[in-house]
Amino acid sequence: MTAFLAATVVAGTPLLFATLGELITEKAGNLNLGVEGMMLMGAVMGFAVGLCTGNPYLALLGAIGAGAAGAAIYAILTVLLRTNQVVTGLTLTIFGTGFASFVGKSFMGVPAPATVKSLFGTVEIPVLSKISVIGPMFFQQDIFIYFGYIVTICTSLYLWRTKKGLNLKAVGENAAAADASGINVNLYKYVHIILGGALCGLGGAYMSLVTVPVWQENVVAGRGWIAVALVIFASWKPSKALIGAFLFGGLNILGYRLQSMGIHISQYIVDMVPYLATILIVIISTRKNRKEDMGPADLSNPYFREDR
Amino acid sequence: MIKITKRAELPKKQEALINSIAIFFSIVCAGLVILILGYNPVKVFQQIIVGALGTEMRIQQTIVKAIPLLITSLGIAIAFKMKFWNIGGEGQIIMGAFGASLVALNIPPTVPSVLTLLAMAGSAIIFGGLWAFIPAFFKAKMGTNETIFTLMMNYIAIKWVTYLQYGPWKDPASQGFPKIANFKANAILPSLFGVHIGWIIAVVLVVLVYIFMNHTKKGFEIAVVGESLETARYAGMNINSVIITAMLVSGGLCGLAGMIQASAIERTLTHALSGGYGFTAIITTWLGRLSPPLIMFVCFAFAVLIQGGAYLQIAMSVPAAVADMIQGIILFFVLGSEFFLLYKIGFDRKSVKKEVA
Repeated sequence: MTAFLAATVVAGTPLLFATLGELITEKAGNLNLGVEGMMLMGAVMGFAVGLCTGNPYLALLGAIGAGAAGAAIYAILTVLLRTNQVVTGLTLTIFGTGFASFVGKSFMGVPAPATVKSLFGTVEIPVLSKISVIGPMFFQQDIFIYFGYIVTICTSLYLWRTKKGLNLKAVGENAAAADASGINVNLYKYVHIILGGALCGLGGAYMSLVTVPVWQENVVAGRGWIAVALVIFASWKPSKALIGAFLFGGLNILGYRLQSMGIHISQYIVDMVPYLATILIVIISTRKNRKEDMGPADLSNPYFREDR
Repeated sequence: MIKITKRAELPKKQEALINSIAIFFSIVCAGLVILILGYNPVKVFQQIIVGALGTEMRIQQTIVKAIPLLITSLGIAIAFKMKFWNIGGEGQIIMGAFGASLVALNIPPTVPSVLTLLAMAGSAIIFGGLWAFIPAFFKAKMGTNETIFTLMMNYIAIKWVTYLQYGPWKDPASQGFPKIANFKANAILPSLFGVHIGWIIAVVLVVLVYIFMNHTKKGFEIAVVGESLETARYAGMNINSVIITAMLVSGGLCGLAGMIQASAIERTLTHALSGGYGFTAIITTWLGRLSPPLIMFVCFAFAVLIQGGAYLQIAMSVPAAVADMIQGIILFFVLGSEFFLLYKIGFDRKSVKKEVA
């Protein structure tokens, strides 16, 4: 059971990074449906750099760069050229998928190099790892997972405890008002969209380097879309994103686990749960109509100062 | 000072010029990428055209690719006209195919083909429509966000059919291979001029959807709801009924595309049947400016890229992935060029003078 819970956290970590990335992007008022594409770009560049250099840090940098580059294309198009966000995001996914399968062509089926994987060995956190259940689940993991906790906390602090974070939320809530109060709306959008893409890239790299860890076509396997769902599931809160990511990560592996326990329920039926849960959350939060459960009010509205 | 202003309606000539420049730039840029990847761009583009249009059979294959794209795009256009962001085309295609299979797999093989196919199409339209009805209902009644709702419905549909394919509907005759039984002969769409008659359906639908959107009361109401809910309310329209009708039609069309794919292409039901057409159709619909004739043109151009891209792999051993990347790059440019259609960039002389003064 503890092994299963620990595996849940491992399965949830790529989701966590991608969800936080999309969350930050959406806080800037942009819905980027290119998460899947950016994760794939990060996955392939992380893998490729890792394979060439054997250096895990460079690999992660490669993933960050690739995810950020994908997001930068999206940012230029949607912010500068005001294209439709849904269409641009979907195009980014098409591009990213093509990019990943092209770059990855030469190392199909190659396992991630051991020197890179060495960074992701288990590190027990003293004291905390000794707590029953919680210890093995959360604190006997690799450092990347700990990094995920840190990013979650930082995002949360940033959004609610810093001036820049508050400004960001203002941009997402009402870009015109934010602009009037002297916030550089477009700069905020660029920075956070690109930052979001970098996080998505990292999430993808964790898939190709640790979770799978062999290069294969479409290594991300739809997790980018789950991340889009998770942002809503988490009602745009990093702490809830953490819980949601591990929950959905667990569901990802639950079906096989149940089968081995002799309970015959198809993995495909279990796989539906995250999507159904997200729909339920959308319905419930719309019904309750509580401001704090809703997304940024200006989400997916392009902002154009001269239109005011 | 650089000044950006919204343009009034552009003259058709200028619009065509800007579009041509965008397409030219996108091809040049895609060419540069191809060059960096170590291939000869002129040859790649030439082979794409040859691969898609070079022989009669290849043209037929290109049309086969365009059919589901076109029908799905028409469905999505109706939703988009209402500013209902239906990105659930993928799921609606799959559920349509599921509806068609429900008929095809259970009908006796002695039933005449025409009846079987009509029943399949009806069932597909109902299931596709139903899949769009669910998010439309919640949108109309509660104002839920349809973008996410329809996106989630895609995955539920895909998982559902995957479940059937690996579970209860697995063909016992396939010796353990996870596939659903093939359709009988009476459930397969006939061909005309070497292409299954889906192409006739698609062309007829272009005309019908055009008439529906431009010359009927419902079509007008859909456009008004899309423009402004307040106006629609003020005019006394039943907004909920407009939303639900439009989405039933939208989903129904996507469902029909699913039936055509299941009947004519796969000849069975598979979870991969929609093959991303639901997503690509969103892009083609947008680029086609929601206008059925223009959408038909864009879909055909896209089909050329898809078919030609597949041919590249055989002809020049260029990985198919390169074609996907080219597709992405061309799209980025075409999307970006819309800006220049909508806005005018000029130098604001007044403000310059003021600053000098």
